[in-house]
Amino acid sequence: MSDNELLEVIERYLNGEMSREEQKSFELQRKENAEMDKKVIEHKLFNNLLKQYGERVELENRLNAIHEEIDVHTLKENLLVHPSWIVQLWRSHHSKISVAASVAIFVVVSVMYLAGSFNNNDSKYVALNNKIDKQSKDIKALSNDIKKTTHIDKFTGSGSGFAFTSDGLIATCYHVVQGADSVYVQNVDGSSFKAEVLYTDPQKDIAILKITDNQFKGLGPIPYSFKKGESDLAETISTYGYPGGKPVYHNGVINASTGLNGDSVHYQVSIPINFGNSGGPLWDSKGNIIGITDAKEGHAEGEHYAIKSRYLIDAIHNIPADSLNERVNLNRKNTLSGLSEDQKLKREKSFVFMVKTYNN
Amino acid sequence: MVNKDLKDSTPTDSEVILGILNNSEIALKRLYIAYFPMVLQLIINNNGDEDDAKDIYQEAIIVLYNKVKAGDFELSSKLKTYIYSICRRLWLKRLSQINRYGGDIRDFQEFLPADTDEFDQHNDRDMQFGKMESALRLLGEPCKTIVEDFYINNRSMQDICERFGYTNADNAKTQKYKCLQRLKKLFFQQK
Repeated sequence: MSDNELLEVIERYLNGEMSREEQKSFELQRKENAEMDKKVIEHKLFNNLLKQYGERVELENRLNAIHEEIDVHTLKENLLVHPSWIVQLWRSHHSKISVAASVAIFVVVSVMYLAGSFNNNDSKYVALNNKIDKQSKDIKALSNDIKKTTHIDKFTGSGSGFAFTSDGLIATCYHVVQGADSVYVQNVDGSSFKAEVLYTDPQKDIAILKITDNQFKGLGPIPYSFKKGESDLAETISTYGYPGGKPVYHNGVINASTGLNGDSVHYQVSIPINFGNSGGPLWDSKGNIIGITDAKEGHAEGEHYAIKSRYLIDAIHNIPADSLNERVNLNRKNTLSGLSEDQKLKREKSFVFMVKTYNN
Repeated sequence: MVNKDLKDSTPTDSEVILGILNNSEIALKRLYIAYFPMVLQLIINNNGDEDDAKDIYQEAIIVLYNKVKAGDFELSSKLKTYIYSICRRLWLKRLSQINRYGGDIRDFQEFLPADTDEFDQHNDRDMQFGKMESALRLLGEPCKTIVEDFYINNRSMQDICERFGYTNADNAKTQKYKCLQRLKKLFFQQK
């Protein structure tokens, strides 16, 4: 029997293709012939391996076919950006990440520091220049303020005054501004404005000032009105002025309709009118201007006087038309009536000024 | 066969095992689709790409398949955990082979400790299949097809005669014998 024929027999045996007799005689041969038995076993193993290999290849082909149907790309994207991945990454590597982040921050800060100190010099110098400019301006402004302040400190006389137009016409007493080389008025906020004497009536002791300072932006509408007629005795009155350079409110009553020695220009009032009060407003209880407080030397002690408002109104009308931009219309609408005293004063006091005079 | 339903449903563990035993193509497909994302996630987040994931996953499925077919498969954990554990082990081995193993691995599932015996067995068989594959390649035609047709695809000698135009069965048998002898020689020559 050739090897070729033997193989065929073995295969028929392994595949169960033999008849029962054939099979029996073959199995006898195997037992007797060790060589043949070995060949049978060897072929069986190899044959099985080949078959298993075939099955493996087939299985792999099936799996590949299934794999083809999966959208791996999309799946991959989703799985890579999956939040749990980040959480996992942090959990397992947080110490390394921390170290890396520290190094990164250190590097960034170092680079910024180096780059900044080399590249930003110009802009820094510009900024520094600007700063110096600004500071020298500040110093100038400050020295101006100081000049102004020293100016104020040197004022030779002071009184009070009150506005009767919003564009800065101010009533005061003639004796306040008499002989002054220059006049300034200072508002409730402490700002001073240059003013000039527009009109005087020395006999009635009335002066009209006009604020000429270009820093002056105007006042709001005048809240009080002006009473032309005489007020009655015992009527409640009030004033606000700058006696001794500080703002003071007083109230009282009209004691008499005549002044010293029966002069009809003045009221006698119960309000103490001290030096510095001169030129201040005198209001009735409704907030109408009824007079100008007037504290002249030579008055008897304990007696205080105010110029009646009708003389102020006369004086205003007597201001030469060429020294006015427009005709003066006194405010007729009193917006203070009905307010309490403190509320009234709150609105009135921004229209009352300290009048400061300077003699060179 | 409705693909959508297949993709959306994760088969139960017993469905998979019974399906493999019954050669169910649908069960295999459901199994494959159900757990591939888990393995892809493991591989691509541990220095691998999608092709690595495919290789590793298919190897794991084959291990499971053969175990089930051999009838000695006892599921001591969830099938998911079992598959993940195999893939994890295979990937660690692959990583160290290609010197990409950095000492730790990012895990996404719980896993079982390695069963070394089972693995050696699998590796032995894989090695033999590798040898068989290259032996068949070296064998060349027409021997390769004759051997494959007869021993793997179970075709009859009659079919083979006709296919290759042999005038009689004896010639074909002689040819088949020579081919098999050459294949054995090539197979056993390999180290």
